[in-house]
Amino acid sequence: MFQYANPKRFMDLSGVLLPYVATAAGLFLIAGFYLGLFVSPRDYQQGDTVRIMFIHVPAAWVAMMAYGMMAVASIFSLVNRHPLADVAARTAAPLGALFTTLALITGSLWGKPMWGTYWVWDARLTSFLLLLFLYLGYSALWNAIEDEVRAGRTAAILAIVGAVNLPIIHYSVEWWTTLHQGESILLSGGPKIAPVFLWPLFAMAFGYTLLFFTLWTVRIRTEILERRARALQMAEH
Amino acid sequence: MNAFMALLARDLRLATRGGGSALLALAFFASVASLVPLGVGADLKLLGRIAGGVLWVAAVLASLLSLDRLFQADLEDGSLDLIALSPVSLEMAAAAKIAAHWLTTGLALTLVAPLLGLMFNIPESAYGALVASLLIGTPALSAAGAIGAALTLSVRRGGLILPLIVLPLVSPVVIFGAGAVIAAIDGMANGALWLLAAFSLGFVLLAPFAVAAAVRLNLQ
Repeated sequence: MFQYANPKRFMDLSGVLLPYVATAAGLFLIAGFYLGLFVSPRDYQQGDTVRIMFIHVPAAWVAMMAYGMMAVASIFSLVNRHPLADVAARTAAPLGALFTTLALITGSLWGKPMWGTYWVWDARLTSFLLLLFLYLGYSALWNAIEDEVRAGRTAAILAIVGAVNLPIIHYSVEWWTTLHQGESILLSGGPKIAPVFLWPLFAMAFGYTLLFFTLWTVRIRTEILERRARALQMAEH
Repeated sequence: MNAFMALLARDLRLATRGGGSALLALAFFASVASLVPLGVGADLKLLGRIAGGVLWVAAVLASLLSLDRLFQADLEDGSLDLIALSPVSLEMAAAAKIAAHWLTTGLALTLVAPLLGLMFNIPESAYGALVASLLIGTPALSAAGAIGAALTLSVRRGGLILPLIVLPLVSPVVIFGAGAVIAAIDGMANGALWLLAAFSLGFVLLAPFAVAAAVRLNLQ
């Protein structure tokens, strides 16, 4: 694995793989949209709003996965001191924030017809809001430190502390909502998902995941190219 | 252990003497708490109900207040380099600084909280939970805050990023702390205090290592 951590090898390999991954992401997303919007029926309780789920649920999955990726890259950055791990962790954060925001927005759009209001202090919405703040704090810390190596390692410590804390935040928020508002159990124990809904959901989940990896790779490549350009500029002066 | 006590005594002296932050944090705590009735109205029933949450939020803000100087001042006058050079490990030094911060903010806030609770008309049955939750939970605030302070050590306007980093990390403390007070008001079984204690112990145990790692990065 570490032989691909060499920036040159990474550029070569990712340059070859990127078009395929991007195409696969596109195909899965198109299939998911088609199945979700045209093939799957209206839900007997939720009507057409059930279709928001196909955009919302995978976004939430990817938002959590992105934090996991960021934390793993941060561990490699601290332990192996590899610059590529720094770049990987740094570039995962804005993507994670993006998917978290998407999950929050689609969640509140779903909430308007279902709960009658855009925002409910529901356990999942609240813990995603806190996840968004973690992402924002991480990016802010990284951008505030000028020295790149120091910024990478400092932010890596924060990412790891956050990763340890994230499950605790999640369960504490869940405990909090059961204490404060016992009636919002509308969600849990709802009707089991029928296969008609499951297939588009899977397609979208694959599509989102591949989309994340596509965007992530593009961002890592851009960052590496930027650093090379900067190094060339420095050499010229 | 001698070095630990010496560092602790030094930080306590710095916090309590001229220009120190201990009394300021207390005054800030009291003024934030007094702003709330001005904002939500003087309905004593409502205030008694939300007192736990208000005092907990005020406690978090007050303990954030003095954090950005926790390591910054030592870095600027060079004493952080001397601490790093001394035979005491940086982890131990971090623990001493966290302890000093807690004694001058967390513990002080805990002692003042019943007075503010009186002004908020908190039910008598909840005083015990209020004091106990603050006593148990505020060490986690100092520990998580110290991590934030060490991470923002080389940031010029670190005081602005610090809250953004620390607040999500300490959200469970607020949930369990204020939850313990609410549970006491409602006369329910109080598991929140145990969860709070577990969280607090975990953070106090792990924080010195994260703090020391972050300080080392900034001394290179």
